[in-house]
Amino acid sequence: MTTTLPTDSSARLPGLIRRLTGDEKHAPSAHSTTDVLQVLYDRVLRVTPDTADDPERDRFLLSKGHGPAAYYAVLAAHGFIPDAWLDDLAGPESRLGHHPDRLLVPGVEIGSGSLGHGLGLAVGTALGLRAQGLLNPRVYVLLGDAELDEGSNHEAIAYAGATGLDSLTAVVVDNSSASHGWAGGIASRFTVNGWTADTVDGRNHEALYAALTGHRPRHPHLVVARIGSKG
Amino acid sequence: MTDMRTAFIDTTTALLDEDPRTALVLADISASQFASAGHRHPDRVLNVGIREQLMIGVAGGLALTGLRPIAHSYATFLVDRAYEQIKLDLDHQGVGAVLVSIGASYDGSAEGRTHQSPGDVALFDSLGDGWTVRVPGHPDEVAPLLRNATTTDDPIYLRLSEQRNAEAYPDATRLRVIRRGLTNAPLVVAVGPMLDPTLAATEGMNVTVAYTHTPRPLDTPGLRALANTDVVLVEPYLAGTSSALVNRALADVPHRLLALGVGQTDLRRYGDPADHARWHGLDADGLRRSISAFLGSVGG
Repeated sequence: MTTTLPTDSSARLPGLIRRLTGDEKHAPSAHSTTDVLQVLYDRVLRVTPDTADDPERDRFLLSKGHGPAAYYAVLAAHGFIPDAWLDDLAGPESRLGHHPDRLLVPGVEIGSGSLGHGLGLAVGTALGLRAQGLLNPRVYVLLGDAELDEGSNHEAIAYAGATGLDSLTAVVVDNSSASHGWAGGIASRFTVNGWTADTVDGRNHEALYAALTGHRPRHPHLVVARIGSKG
Repeated sequence: MTDMRTAFIDTTTALLDEDPRTALVLADISASQFASAGHRHPDRVLNVGIREQLMIGVAGGLALTGLRPIAHSYATFLVDRAYEQIKLDLDHQGVGAVLVSIGASYDGSAEGRTHQSPGDVALFDSLGDGWTVRVPGHPDEVAPLLRNATTTDDPIYLRLSEQRNAEAYPDATRLRVIRRGLTNAPLVVAVGPMLDPTLAATEGMNVTVAYTHTPRPLDTPGLRALANTDVVLVEPYLAGTSSALVNRALADVPHRLLALGVGQTDLRRYGDPADHARWHGLDADGLRRSISAFLGSVGG
């Protein structure tokens, strides 16, 4: 498969995000993911609208499905969906809802919204690719720090670490929104289970790029992208 | 004689050897019985440990990549515990899996409520009409149903039990008449392992007894063809699970329905499965009492 050349969606993204209506409800979290999504789609993920069904593509799973405005804007910037779709978010005829549906939106790998489902699906996706000898695609899954409250994540963290599932990268966007916090840090939950981890400034594109491509053999990789609290 | 669980293990082991699309996801239950298959197919025999939410999430992910996952545990852990994963990681993603349970309603009589799932089929009904539900009544029905399940990408639930009939009817996807009554005789539909107690209960009664191992989709054309005024359902899970389907199928004809099955109440008693069958009125004597009372209750 052809590898996508780095592109720069930064010029178009603000305008595309403005076209989305109805994102007020989830505005802080929507914007917390913008930089991570931009770096992923501009520079990291080997997937384009033409390869959206290619078995060799990289997978990006948005587990934290609420506040998908930035996600939809990035998908539009990269040509997966028409810009015009952004003008009718969650309207009666819209394919874009407040939580994305993979059966309605090209380029969306999973339907999400209920928290704590993406990491398990990502583990299964990574295992399914490996079982078919598809060793090049990488599976990225994006979660929120509060989403980690859901126990299902910890089933997946422990198992992926114990089995050294090294085609998997989890990105936790940390805007300190977990009600009881994560004493001892988020990364420690993963590293104690055998993951490698990088914790970076979630607005710093160079740091994000290094972390998102910083996986090592025989370990799943974690990127904690720290964002100012939504307050 | 082979039991249903052994039939599942043997057939799945063969399918893993034969079909590279097949993958098995376990949560420790039955893991030791798949050890040799796991050595041959380490990438397709996946034991995630005692993590049922992850088991279904992994099955969903495998299916998203084009594999055909089989996930397996006790019904209460596979279905009751992981219900939202079934709803979202499979159904909402638009992918299927083969879910194979053991334990049924009260195979785990001595284990207690924690190991019993009389409500599993009702839970699948709550997900809409996409799921095929197979409730074999004999171990020899398991292999053909499982093999058939792996030829599709459909969502399929295979509910295995230690309760069994004397005879296998692998071709009973639709209602199959086992004993035919006189013209206009009442119809008694027995699902899965309820056939033998139903046959014993209705010995000498003028009823038609029909059997199926596939309550979903229910064979409603067959039901309409066989049913007269009186219909009795005998199901090995929650009583009334199929009542709505029967009533919908017969909505335009006068009918009466008696729906027998497992009661709603946690009995908080141990004993063996035969004790629970008796307490739920699902042994031959109990069924006979209920069916006789129902059929004799019509005025004039």
